[in-house]
Amino acid sequence: MAIELKMPALSPTMEEGTLAKWLKQEGDTIEPGDIIAEIETDKATMEFESIDEGTLGKILIEEGTEGVKVGTVIAMLATDGEDASEIEAPSDDDDDDAAPDTDDDGEGKDVGRDDEDGSASPTPKKSQPKADPEVPEGTSYTSTSVREALRDAMAEEMRSDDRVFVMGEEVAEYQGAYKVTQGLLDEFGDKRVIDTPITEYGFAGIGTGAAMGGLRPIVEFMTFNFAMQAIDHIVNSAAKTNYMSGGQMRCPVVFRGPNGAASRVGAQHSQNYGPWYASVPGLIVIAPYDAADAKGLLKAAIRTEDPVVFLENELLYGRSFDVPDLDDHVLPIGKARIVREGADVTIVSYSIGVGFALEAAETLAEEGIEAEVIDLRTLRPLDTETVLESLAKTNRLVIAEEGWPTCSIASEIMAVCMEQGFDHLDAPVLRVCNEDVPLPYAENLEKLALIDAPRIVAAAKKVCYAD
Amino acid sequence: MAKSPNRKLKAPAAAATDAATDEDFALHSLQEEFEKNKSYKASEDELLRFYEQMLLIRRFEEKAGQLYGLGLIGGFCHLYIGQEAVAIGLQSALDNDRDSVITGYRDHGHMLAYGIDPKVIMAELTGREAGISKGKGGSMHMFSTEHKFYGGHGIVGAQVPLGGGLALAHKYRDDGGICLAYFGDGAANQGQVYETFNMAALWNLPIVFVVEDNQYAMGTATKRSSAETRFYRRGTAFRIPGMEVNGMDVLEVRAAAEVAFKHVREGNGPVLMECNTYRYRGHSMSDPAKYRTREEVQDQKEHHDPIERLKKNLMEQGKSEDALKDIDKGIRKTVNEAADFAENSPEPGKDELYTDVLVEEY
Repeated sequence: MAIELKMPALSPTMEEGTLAKWLKQEGDTIEPGDIIAEIETDKATMEFESIDEGTLGKILIEEGTEGVKVGTVIAMLATDGEDASEIEAPSDDDDDDAAPDTDDDGEGKDVGRDDEDGSASPTPKKSQPKADPEVPEGTSYTSTSVREALRDAMAEEMRSDDRVFVMGEEVAEYQGAYKVTQGLLDEFGDKRVIDTPITEYGFAGIGTGAAMGGLRPIVEFMTFNFAMQAIDHIVNSAAKTNYMSGGQMRCPVVFRGPNGAASRVGAQHSQNYGPWYASVPGLIVIAPYDAADAKGLLKAAIRTEDPVVFLENELLYGRSFDVPDLDDHVLPIGKARIVREGADVTIVSYSIGVGFALEAAETLAEEGIEAEVIDLRTLRPLDTETVLESLAKTNRLVIAEEGWPTCSIASEIMAVCMEQGFDHLDAPVLRVCNEDVPLPYAENLEKLALIDAPRIVAAAKKVCYAD
Repeated sequence: MAKSPNRKLKAPAAAATDAATDEDFALHSLQEEFEKNKSYKASEDELLRFYEQMLLIRRFEEKAGQLYGLGLIGGFCHLYIGQEAVAIGLQSALDNDRDSVITGYRDHGHMLAYGIDPKVIMAELTGREAGISKGKGGSMHMFSTEHKFYGGHGIVGAQVPLGGGLALAHKYRDDGGICLAYFGDGAANQGQVYETFNMAALWNLPIVFVVEDNQYAMGTATKRSSAETRFYRRGTAFRIPGMEVNGMDVLEVRAAAEVAFKHVREGNGPVLMECNTYRYRGHSMSDPAKYRTREEVQDQKEHHDPIERLKKNLMEQGKSEDALKDIDKGIRKTVNEAADFAENSPEPGKDELYTDVLVEEY
């Protein structure tokens, strides 16, 4: 049967082109791989190669013709035993396997799509975050530093699942640059506590690949500032693969380490990456404040099948909080926590900002304003329900975030309040963030650049029209 | 220890060195082993199998190019035509129950080498629900965890550390498997490749790094982009032995695979293999390939084609031209069926938009 040679698309965007030159003539023998014609687009001249063998029959589009639509039959090719001179050009109404603008099933890009006036776009499944498990009555608590709580979480998970291992710079013999992995090498050995060279891009990729291969890696970054060298693997390799593989390929990796400003380490070592990672579909982003949450959420992060970015804070490592003495303290991912109840104004925060928010709430209470403080704990997926419920109660909201204001978690919460909580607002939502500058080194300037409790107090009073 | 100023990795057989006198012995020992016999002794069945597999890749890719021309395949589409002997020569030597494979975006051939149904691959290219990634990955992002094929990665060079991770998992579980990680001559200039070489050698990971040198990183010839174009030498700084292989000869690739895989499987750490090959088509479908002459491409097709080479081999062994033509006919039929399937199966349902973003519910 004769084969129709059609005007090819030579780039993702090409719709038409010029048939510049025929390199074969009617009656010529064509071998697979022969260049038959040259086609010009606005970008380049391309060669049109035959993949079939036969004899060139009728040429239907003369050379030099401009504006030839992709899919137009430009010539006929006679195959086995056919007489090229007798092949008919396809009639106009016989185009059922031709141009991409046809609406026939199985052709072009409209297959399977509803009509334009069809049903509405699909919506994401609404998350239903679970409440924290009840701590049984009579449970004792132990004052534990955030550093120890994180270590305990890793050690417990490593004991119960031999696929779990830790890798990173100085995690083993040095016992952790910030001593978070202290003691793990002694208990689990160098197969499961792996010192890496200083090579963030490489070891983030190796950790991600090991997760694809069925292990449960915990990749420690000495700080998240250095993970900038590795962000390609976090975003492109870890976060997107499950989707791109149609749900075939899991990547249960945890990237963890200190994030945000430390103390006087200057601009390159002081940045909050929460908003960066929280903007990426396919990632879970957790940023706990106290030790109990750090432990319960890190255990959950290690167990989940999804890739997790777990943002710690160096200034919190040494602070101690009560942690329940439970065999298996695991908290739900995606659930915010009301850390202080109040009826007059809501202060939303996460990580180190929660401490400032609680401090501000104490000051406000002295002035007769009862603030409700919400610790987001998870930045993606965001527990908007808890935020909006609190807003419905207090009608006023401030976000406190140790990070830049532009395109921040604060701006995201503001958008959510406006889109979904507009009717409950008695005042504009305000954000209290770091100043919009690289973090300065000088002690006085650094202090000026970072958020603190007095600024949160001022914002809360403003939305309460109390100043 | 005396060091000759002219040390060459490829030592001539007459000047063979040994481990006792040359500290670099290990770095070229595999090449020497390989040079003892550069042509794999395939059985008649194996030869026929290689021929069928390479021809399937060739015909599949030609059809993909055609479907692209018809607008049925969108975006980027990188064809493997000309490079068939590399994937077939290497992957035919794998232990598919244990070993893993990872590559970049020019990935159709590596999947076909596993015997994965051409229909689900072609349907992924056309973005249909029946595609191997449900139509959500496309040409560059295809995976088959069932076959331990881990992609299909779109960022140049990213598959190399990911492959290092797969190798780490083999070693961690002590499952006897090795990882085969392919990358191109372009990716060979990415820093993360060397970060991975370092860790793979340091940790003795079971991995074979394969540079598919098809001579051009998109439009840039290797000599314009690479200070050292003999890529097999690039592991030397990490004490990774190198091998230089003619990637246009499936029997040579297979012979090299035997040597490399044995070395890695015995716990000796990584190997770096350079397979010199040639892609007949542009970098992707939208590349007019003006950076090389038509004569250069024609010379490769006429004198170095891996399928023609094997065809000659088969005919010398008594296979008739008609029998080989019948094979081609059968393959064309398979490919046409795959194309029909890919063209006629439906696009993903709208509800697939939000599935597979996360595995768990929160």
